[in-house]
Amino acid sequence: MEFFLVQTLNGISYGLLLFMLSSGLTLVFSLMGVLNFAHASFYMLGAYFAYQISTKIGFWPALVVAPVLVGAIGMLIERWGLRQVHKHGHVAELLFTFGLAYLIEEAVHLVWGRSAVDYRVPPDLDGPLFTIFTSQYPIYRGFMMLVSVAMLVSVWLALTRTRIGLVIQAALTHPQTVEALGHNVPRVFMLVFGGGTALAGLAGVIGGNAFVTEPGMAASVGPIIFVIVVVGGMGSLAGAFIASLLIGCMQTFAVALDWNLVGGIKMSQLAPVLPYLLMVLLLIFRPTGLMGTREG
Amino acid sequence: MSANAIELRDVHKSFGKTKIINGVSLAIGKGERHAIIGPNGAGKSTLYNLISGRYPLSAGTILLNGEDITGLRPFEINRKGLSRSFQVTNIFHNMSVYENIRCSVLWAAGYRYSFWHRVGGLRDVAQRAEEVMEKIGLAGRRNVLAGTLTYAEQRALEIGITIAGGASVILLDEPTAGMSRSETARAIEQVRSVTEGKTLIMVEHDMGVVFGLADRISVLVYGEVIATGTQDEIQANAAVQEAYLGAVHKEIASA
Amino acid sequence: MRYEPLNLGRWVIWGAMALVFLVAPLVFSGGFALTMLIQMGTMIIFALSYNMLLGQGGMLSFGHAVYSGLGAFLSVHALNLIGKGAFTFPVTLLPLVGGLAGLAFGVLFGYVTTRRAGTTFALISLGIGEMVFACVLMFPGFFGGEAGVSTNRVVGQPFLGITYGPAIQVYYLVATWCFLSIVAMFALTQTPLGRMANAVRDNPERAEFVGYDTQKVRFLQLVLSSFFAGVAGALSCINFEIVSAENVSPIRSGGVLIATYIGGVPFFLGPILGAIIFIFFVVALSGFTKAWLLYLGLFFVTMVVYAPGGIASILLMQIPVIRARRLGELALPYALAAGAALVALAGLIGIVEMVYRLSEQGASTVLNVFGLSFDAQTTPPWIGFALVLAAGLVALRYASRLVGARWGAIQQDLLARRA
Repeated sequence: MEFFLVQTLNGISYGLLLFMLSSGLTLVFSLMGVLNFAHASFYMLGAYFAYQISTKIGFWPALVVAPVLVGAIGMLIERWGLRQVHKHGHVAELLFTFGLAYLIEEAVHLVWGRSAVDYRVPPDLDGPLFTIFTSQYPIYRGFMMLVSVAMLVSVWLALTRTRIGLVIQAALTHPQTVEALGHNVPRVFMLVFGGGTALAGLAGVIGGNAFVTEPGMAASVGPIIFVIVVVGGMGSLAGAFIASLLIGCMQTFAVALDWNLVGGIKMSQLAPVLPYLLMVLLLIFRPTGLMGTREG
Repeated sequence: MSANAIELRDVHKSFGKTKIINGVSLAIGKGERHAIIGPNGAGKSTLYNLISGRYPLSAGTILLNGEDITGLRPFEINRKGLSRSFQVTNIFHNMSVYENIRCSVLWAAGYRYSFWHRVGGLRDVAQRAEEVMEKIGLAGRRNVLAGTLTYAEQRALEIGITIAGGASVILLDEPTAGMSRSETARAIEQVRSVTEGKTLIMVEHDMGVVFGLADRISVLVYGEVIATGTQDEIQANAAVQEAYLGAVHKEIASA
Repeated sequence: MRYEPLNLGRWVIWGAMALVFLVAPLVFSGGFALTMLIQMGTMIIFALSYNMLLGQGGMLSFGHAVYSGLGAFLSVHALNLIGKGAFTFPVTLLPLVGGLAGLAFGVLFGYVTTRRAGTTFALISLGIGEMVFACVLMFPGFFGGEAGVSTNRVVGQPFLGITYGPAIQVYYLVATWCFLSIVAMFALTQTPLGRMANAVRDNPERAEFVGYDTQKVRFLQLVLSSFFAGVAGALSCINFEIVSAENVSPIRSGGVLIATYIGGVPFFLGPILGAIIFIFFVVALSGFTKAWLLYLGLFFVTMVVYAPGGIASILLMQIPVIRARRLGELALPYALAAGAALVALAGLIGIVEMVYRLSEQGASTVLNVFGLSFDAQTTPPWIGFALVLAAGLVALRYASRLVGARWGAIQQDLLARRA
């Protein structure tokens, strides 16, 4: 019972982190039609920036500054890179972001080296939050969940309650009409792209020290985010939410359960493959995803 | 008694809560030339999309030559002998005129998914493609990239692709949309000659085209067929006059 | 796909290609050059198979290495079995084994992946690629774990005295299979399936309405493509005598994508060019600098932004100008642009190399180029290279405008003449 509760909480906190990443990706895809292959690279940048800032100044400033930096970089890339490629079509846009992922990873290699860096949970957040039976649930996990939920709620509020949010929602389906009404749609695109990357960066700030901060982190979490987006249904935020929690819990339980399966393989070894198996099964039985709306 | 070419039995279609087609029943005989007219937004294109399998039905049945084709995918319906054109030109832009027609012939000619035939050496395919290009008047433009054709030429190619496979039931969606007077006159002749001996169903706004070509006419208003008959019957029909004039009155009133 | 009807020209081109394959190792002799040629030959088959998906079928795949890699694994086990005498099979025909293995997996995975198109297909292919890569590491019994499975290609009966021991023999094996594969894949583009794959790429909806199941077309195209990928995998196995998880890795999949794109997706010859350039980058450049992957990435992104049709598109665009005998007018603008680009490149290389020197632990920070040395820890070289880069970019901007103006004038004339 205790094991089940602890792992569920872990699974939820990991799933919320995955949703932070997949929601930013889905929003950008729904608005601009471009799937940002480098989305997980911005997650990585957020973690590395936070590491750098937290060692020089502190964690709390990093929590604010790092996402802003990442968002700024995202806006610059949209303005000077992605926008040029837009006229060549969706495949070219996707490939541009694909090349970008390579470049960002090389840049990280250059500046911070090829091995993991010691990005740690800050001491004030390092400790038990509460005790479930005999296990101690760490404060930091609770903090992660808090930040995730707070950020997602504020994004939802911003989209539905503010003027700029309404403009964005309108531009989601009718960009030309919105432009005809006098709004600067290219600037809206830039803001949304920057917002998406900032969200990814924030996920990096809180995830980088809970898990590991190394140059391969983008390549390991990136495909899982794409699987979430496919499983949830391209363009569906609700689907991404369900898929994120599902996969988050599935992987957490798989790693924690030390079952022995056939052929000498342990359940924990199977963990990395599970999201892809889920995707394959879903594709056979329900090709549009859990809540598919927009075809890529 | 031979089966009708196309039969619609109590067909309904809704998108979410919006009902577009509200119980349409229609029977079109073999070899008949049938036009579907109606005010904008009546659901004519949706009806086509239902018949050709592009959209699934919400309720009802559709029969092609007596066979139930409800719920079949577009390629399955096409293989049973129904072909359609599109209102917004839907051709293969990156291929030449000749290649466009050739692609439309391949399945009907029986070559299916062959990867062992050299397509350049297929005499029957080449001959059929040449025939079709003659019929639509594009034989002189055979190597031109389809995306660079003029609008009228693209519309002609659109029709060419539709008839190339030899389907017995042809659906044409506003074949003369956007054409000038002379282009329209030529298009009417083309349509008449390429659909010789076939069943033709046509959606049109241009009454001149309709009255010139159609044996029978159906009037579609708000997703329902309010009248079906010959040209004289339709012109004398009070409900039709109401629907058209009523629409005109509303426009004048709100202007 | 552009299809230009050629007549005698066709035989001349194929003949010339065969001649190039025959003569290449005589022109580029030496062990290192031979290694590169062999890898180029293998990569050409791999990239052409990839373009069957992307260029001809409109399917962007991030997991194509699955088919070549699994083909390689089955080939390496077959080769080891031949070596142990379990059965006799000529090494010359081993690529057939790889091809059939690739084809089998194409059927297996293709069924799942081709259910969707577009971006969704791309992501699914990525997922399958990651899944296979993870599985390969999970079953060290068959896949050899981190170290992989090694083999010996000098096994069985020599064929006409050929043992495939010396590299030159491996080259001619690769060259033969490469030539045959090019012919086969080109022939496939001229079949009903090949034509309909193009149609499905351009307008899948219309293809359905002329009687074709687009999913089946894409599935068959993928299956055929995976056969050739398997052939490439087997040749790689013979050449390197080792197959490991790296052969199915996302890095390999990314590599063939980059190679094909750089060469030019819309053209049949594009991937051939791209494969040659890619191998050159990876094999030759990686010996000179640690930053080769960064340079490759920058080159790729530049191509995506400025020349999405690849190098092939740039070359083919010149043909109408050459036919009109006006290429001479562009000679000066092109030379200026090339010069400016070289200057900018020099500045970029200087900066990148200095950054790499600084970031490497324990390496000397002194850069030696053309007999001059720059210490990366001092400021002047940074300012110097930055200025060179800036100057090059500014010059490039003007030069490209000049090229654009001259090009536009020529195009206008050509259009006027045609009308």
